Formats: sequence, structure tokens, C-alpha cells
Amino acid sequence: MDPIVKVQGLRKTYQSTVAVEEVSFEVQEGEIFGMVGPNGAGKTTTIECLEGLRKPDHGEISVLGVDPQQDSHFLHIHTGMQLQQSNLPERIKVWEALDLYSSFYPHTLDWQELLGQLGLEEKRNAAFAKLSGGQKQRLFIALALLPDPQLIFLDELTTGLDPQARHSIWDLVREVRLKGKTILLTTHYMEEAERLCDRVAIMDHGRIVAIDSPAELVRKSGGEERLIFTLDQTLPLEVENSIRLLGRLEIEGERVIIQSETGQATFVYDVVSLLTNHDIHFRNLRTEQPTLEDVFLKLTGREMKD
Amino acid sequence: MKSLLKMTWIETKLFLREPVGAFFTLIFPLMMLFLFGSIYGNVPTQYFGGRGTVDISVPAYTAMIIATTSLLGLTITMAAYREKGVLRRLRTTPISPLVILVAQVIVLFIMTMIGMLMLVIAGKLVYNLQFDGNAFSVLAAFVLSTLSFFALGFVLAGLMPTARTAQVVGLALLYPMLFLSGAGFPRELLPESILKISTFLPLTYVVTLLRGLWIGDAWNQHLTEVIVLSGLLVLGVIVSMKTFRWE
Repeated sequence: MDPIVKVQGLRKTYQSTVAVEEVSFEVQEGEIFGMVGPNGAGKTTTIECLEGLRKPDHGEISVLGVDPQQDSHFLHIHTGMQLQQSNLPERIKVWEALDLYSSFYPHTLDWQELLGQLGLEEKRNAAFAKLSGGQKQRLFIALALLPDPQLIFLDELTTGLDPQARHSIWDLVREVRLKGKTILLTTHYMEEAERLCDRVAIMDHGRIVAIDSPAELVRKSGGEERLIFTLDQTLPLEVENSIRLLGRLEIEGERVIIQSETGQATFVYDVVSLLTNHDIHFRNLRTEQPTLEDVFLKLTGREMKD
Repeated sequence: MKSLLKMTWIETKLFLREPVGAFFTLIFPLMMLFLFGSIYGNVPTQYFGGRGTVDISVPAYTAMIIATTSLLGLTITMAAYREKGVLRRLRTTPISPLVILVAQVIVLFIMTMIGMLMLVIAGKLVYNLQFDGNAFSVLAAFVLSTLSFFALGFVLAGLMPTARTAQVVGLALLYPMLFLSGAGFPRELLPESILKISTFLPLTYVVTLLRGLWIGDAWNQHLTEVIVLSGLLVLGVIVSMKTFRWE
């Protein structure tokens, strides 16, 4: 099957600064594809080139089989877009915005139903300016869904939202995907990319530094898992030595941290078996998995900052 | 077409929900009319060439409404729509972006018209307003004046970086113009030196044209006004098309 989005060698500069360089990727039908990276990494520039809002300096872009610069009208009918910096008039009511935008498209979903699906039924008559950040984003998602598009662009969808609103937006995005839509999103929250995306492209300084499923990225370059527990007694020397064969051992007072070095799948089981065999009573045992945050740190040599 | 109608309807509602704009277009001119009408009445005087204060105020206040809706209403709305990203969002839909501009012009034109009609009706009912002109001529002059000032408003909206600066600059242009052009006060009250300055103000030509046609002047007595306002319209459209930005 042809990819829904295909980008080859994209480059975009603003005056002397290079915003995006050598960006290439494909998005397959039905997946949630995320571009993740710190602010200024080139995510929004890339997505806006795909939306036809910006003209690339170099590179080939195909979205739903068309060049966004050549056929933006086709894209505007067949894709839904949520933009990072956009707004509605302050005093427009929620239902009016949906009703108005419905008149722009040849074919739309029933906005009354969308209102309910997005949990905006109660806010039907509220003015746009009176909505909370989460409610505004819901409305923008509703507007993006209105033309019943194959492909939906979501740019920094949950930036500035509180954790609860963020989680409910994630649920919403997953529901949208279940309807067979393809979603291309950008985010600077690693957790969001990890929870939501089937595949992510990690961007830094205008380039894609890695591209794969979150699990695979973590497996390949996230480092190893860690096992942490507390002890009331000191570890017998013999047990300590056996543990050192399984991983790197750190003891901080009564807290014991063991980091796997080999990435063996049975790491946790091996350590726990060893402890129980020697009748050592551990408490507060937990494991820490590496995250995309660790992947970013490892690939770029620096922390992700908001 | 369906989207233009819907957009026009929504923009009408938005206009009426914005208390400041609606006040200056629809209510404030009426308040002025009743204020000066109650002070001076509408007794014909030699001073106004045999007309009363209300007779000469109705066309002048109409010019005031035209200037206010153009330089404040239109300019601030368009600058705010661009600054806040309202235009940006519209750009990602299949409709022609011109739809919102046309809707804006239709709404403000109708509101300006209603403002004028309310002045006429109030003048007629309360002060026995005198009208000696040809209604179609006055209407044509009204259309020309309104459109050329709207063009000016679009130029300003294109040049101003934010809604806030649009508001400040719009007011800075509007106030002197209202005082000096004869829109806010009868021009007969102004000294000779000020009247010279007023020839540089576009609103002066609107006031002269509307007042003249109102009392039955012929068009050929007002060729200067027609040429100036038509020039403003053509120039305004060209410049605003050059300076217009979606974001």
C-alpha cells in the first residue's frame, strides 16, 4: 500500500537559519505517527510544509498522493488540521463555529454528533473565549474531524494543558484512530509520544535523529532497566557477588539499586530468585524502565528541556 | 455561496455582541443627534443656509458613522483576526479566504446603513427633518463614501502589526478627522485656518458630498469630492491587496 505521507529530503531555511534539513519519512495508513523533540527542533516547520502552509526550499512531499504546494485545495478538503497558533473569534459560540465550518466543506460529519462525542455538549452555547484550554483543543479537534478526513494533523495538541485534560485528549486521539484515520502529530512531551504513537521520529536541530516505534527505540537506545528495593539488613557478601554477575550494583544506605547491563529478559526474575533463595527480605521493590526521555538523552547527549 | 451567507450571519452576530463597536455605529450618533437637537432644536437659521441644526447634522453624523466603522470596526477586527490566528485557521479550509473579507464588508456596510437610517427616522419623527435631495443620489454617495473608507480601513489593517496598534492608530486618525472635517461639529463653527487643514482629510469630502446632495445639490457641483473619494477607493483597494497578510 502506498504511504499516506511521504517526505524525501525536506529542507527549509528562514533567512540564515536552517529550520529543517534532510528530513525524510513515511506515514502509513491508520497509524499515529509522532514527531517529537524540543522546541525549535523543526517539528512545526515540517508539519506546516506538509499542510501546505509553508513552501519547502528543497525536497519532495506527497500527502494523500498530492504535492501540498500544487494542490492545497484538495488537501484542505481531505485532511483535518489543528494548528499550533490559531484561534476563533472570541465571541463565537461553540455550535456556531461548528455550523460555520460545516458550510465550508462539500461533505461533513454531523456536527451535532461530534459535539457529543467530544464532550462539548454542555459548552454548546459558550463563547470561544470562555472555554478552558482543554475545551478549546477539543473544539479544534472537532473542527479537524468535521470533513471526515483520511488524515489529521495535530500540532502541539496538549501543550499548556493540565495532566487530566491531557489524558482525556489522548483518549480522544486513540478513539479517532480506531475509526481508521491516520494521525500525524507533533509534541515536545516524550511521554505523550510514548503513550500515543505507533511510531515516532525524534527530531533535534532540524534533523531526524531516530525513527521507529517507541518500544523499539527504547530497546535499542534507551539503556537498561533498573531494579530498586530497600533492605533492613546488609547484603551478605556472597549474595552481593552473585548480584554483581547479573548487573551493576549500587547501595545507598538501605536502598539497593541494580542496573541490568546485559539487557537479559530474565533480569528481574534472576535477581528476585537470588534474593528469595537466600531468604533476604526486601521491601518496596520496583523496576524502572528506560523511556523515550532516556533515548533522547542518549542520542543527542543532552536533556530534553521544555 | 452557502459559506458566504453563513459567514455574514455569524459576523453580524459577532458585531452586535461587541458592545463598543455596536455602540459607536448605532447608538452614539443618535445620542449626539438628541443632545444637539435638544440644545438647538431644528429651527432654520441663516447661519446654516436656511436649515436647522438637525438638518445639517444627519448627513454629517452619517459621515461620522462611516469613519468610525471603517477606521475602528473594520481595522481592529481584521488586525485582531490576523494577530490571533483566526485567518490562519480559515486558510486551512477549502473556502476562498476572500469570503471572510467580503462578509466583513457586507456586515459593516449594513450596520453603517442602519446607523444612518436610525438617524433619519429619529430626525423625521422628533425634529421634522428636512430633506431636499434625491434619495438615490444620496444613496449612491453613501455607497461611494463607505466603500472608499472601507478600503482605507483594509490598508490600515494590513499595515498595523497588532490589533492594539491598529486601535491606537485608528483612533489617532479618527478623532482629529471627526473634529476638523465637519462630521462631529458643523463646519460653520470652525475658523478659516482649520478649514484649510481639513482639505487634507478624506472625511471632509464625505461630509461635503453627503451634505450637498442632501440639500439637493447637483452631482456636477461635487466633482472634486467624487474624484477624491473614487481615487481613495481605487488606491485603497490596490494598496490593501499589496499589504494584506494572512498572518
